[in-house]
Amino acid sequence: MVRVDGRGGFGSLIQIRGLDKTYRRGGEEIHVLQGLNLDVDQAEFVAFMGPSGSGKTTLLNLLGGLDVPSRGQIVVAGDEITHMSGNKLTEWRARHVGFIFQMYNLIPVLTAFQNVELPLLLTKLSKAERRKHVETALAVVGLADRMNHYPRQLSGGQEQRVAIARAIVADPTFLLCDEPTGDLDRKSADDILQILTRLSKEYGKTILMVTHDPMAAERAKAVLHLNKGVLVESAEAAAGSPA
Amino acid sequence: MKYAPLMLANLLRKKTRLILTIGSFTVALFLFGLLAAVRGSFNQGLDIAGVDRLVVVNRGSIIQPLPLSYKERMLRVPGVKQVTHDNWFGGVYQDERNFIPQFVIDPENQRQMFPEFIVPDDQWQAFLKDRTGAIAGAQTAKRFGWKIGDRIPIKGTISPGSWEFNLDGIYHGSRPEDDDTQFWFQWDYFEERVPERLKGLVGWYYVRIDSPDNAPAIAKAIDQEFANSPYETRTQTEKAFAAGWVKQMGNVQLLILTIGSVVFFTLLLVTGNTMAIAVRERTAELAVLKAVGYSDRFALALIVGESLILALFGGVLGLILAKVLTPVVAIFLRGMLPYFYLPFTAMLIGLGVALAVGALSGLLPAIGAMRLRVVDALRRV
Repeated sequence: MVRVDGRGGFGSLIQIRGLDKTYRRGGEEIHVLQGLNLDVDQAEFVAFMGPSGSGKTTLLNLLGGLDVPSRGQIVVAGDEITHMSGNKLTEWRARHVGFIFQMYNLIPVLTAFQNVELPLLLTKLSKAERRKHVETALAVVGLADRMNHYPRQLSGGQEQRVAIARAIVADPTFLLCDEPTGDLDRKSADDILQILTRLSKEYGKTILMVTHDPMAAERAKAVLHLNKGVLVESAEAAAGSPA
Repeated sequence: MKYAPLMLANLLRKKTRLILTIGSFTVALFLFGLLAAVRGSFNQGLDIAGVDRLVVVNRGSIIQPLPLSYKERMLRVPGVKQVTHDNWFGGVYQDERNFIPQFVIDPENQRQMFPEFIVPDDQWQAFLKDRTGAIAGAQTAKRFGWKIGDRIPIKGTISPGSWEFNLDGIYHGSRPEDDDTQFWFQWDYFEERVPERLKGLVGWYYVRIDSPDNAPAIAKAIDQEFANSPYETRTQTEKAFAAGWVKQMGNVQLLILTIGSVVFFTLLLVTGNTMAIAVRERTAELAVLKAVGYSDRFALALIVGESLILALFGGVLGLILAKVLTPVVAIFLRGMLPYFYLPFTAMLIGLGVALAVGALSGLLPAIGAMRLRVVDALRRV
């Protein structure tokens, strides 16, 4: 279940209460997020929509522990991340968050396998265990046969699939996707969305996705609109949204 | 080690830049090696000086002689165990460019005074029996292709005329830093041919003493023995004597130090700039690494580590090149710098300096990478 009224139960995976984010530009204060509340349960697939500058990416950054709020509280799987120190937040991120970016952001000098392996290097897994995890992740995104390819040898859609494999390989608590289809053609975008839907439905992954694309948003179970820093629940997608 | 593929992949991403940066280290460390060899050749006398040997020279100048008769008087000074004398000959073999340090020695005491120079017994006995005999250092013999039994003609300069010697022996230094370039011949032969006014005069004396601790007292006693004579002496330890020579070369040392400093400072700037560019190009990648859970310290270590790898490869390559090529350079120097070789300690120092330059040059960009905020970096992409 997804709620924006701040009345979600304690069982929610993600709880946001009274979240404010303010930037200073010149002498002016810009309120990007204002008193935002959000509750997201495990295995939810939430799409955030809204005009440019509405605070979608800022919200994602705050949820991912990449930025700190001006006020408010974020609790993920029982961890209050708002006041975590830099190092703790980094460790928390490694354990709990999988990032998927619009521009894939793969490391061009590493193969698909090595890119996917990156989060696992931070764990205590042996080389053989890492290999097994990487192969599984690449198989989930349908790229088991491309593991030795460099990003330049892959199409945009394939690169994004490698990025998804990188995001899921360490089995994070939730995935944060920032315009994951924004740089792809329709066909590739559909493939990516299909993978995300599968991850949510079959693997129970909690996914929070920022998108401008209504067709992408349709795949989500819940679509939230951000407008002037305030979240509005606009639609509850059909439980059997197209896969 | 699990991060090695990441570091190597980063280093190999721009091969031309990699080669040029490693090349900078190689050239700098090669130059360091040569400069260290030059500096070592000036300082070597200091390092190998016998701790229980004194050198007695004319108080006025080393080019002023001392009477041969001083030998017996010195032997009577308490603490003096042994005395030998040398003269500088300064002759020319075939061509003036073929510099060889030639000494007129006292065969009776030479071997005992300088046990570090090894001459096989049979060769030494042959030399003692041969008034026109000579002993050459192994390096000089190799340089001119001399073999035992060869006739060596030398044109005298200080003591004019043609001098001919039979090569009776070849000596080797017992330590790698010993000077294997000298050429020795007998006092009797020299004394016989020099003009009357130079007879009975030696260049300087070496004195072996009973204990290094007594060196100041014995030196003072020797100088007092000959005070107010026409040939007053100045006695000092062999190390102090060598240091005096080095001091005269003070400007050369400063020059070497200056060149070395400029080279390494330039290397620091060049490598620092290269690393800064490399980091700037990878801003987004570093941001992604941090986003997936790599710490700020890891980003710092990654960049410094890459810089150290460059320094290590380039440095080792340059030092190996210098080690291999110093003997070749020594041949071209024609014996002008007798101790011209690159010691292992200098190589270690060179490697240390290279790694320090590597670490320093990577440090500033690495701090930038460490402070990089993921949100800002990804916004720039």
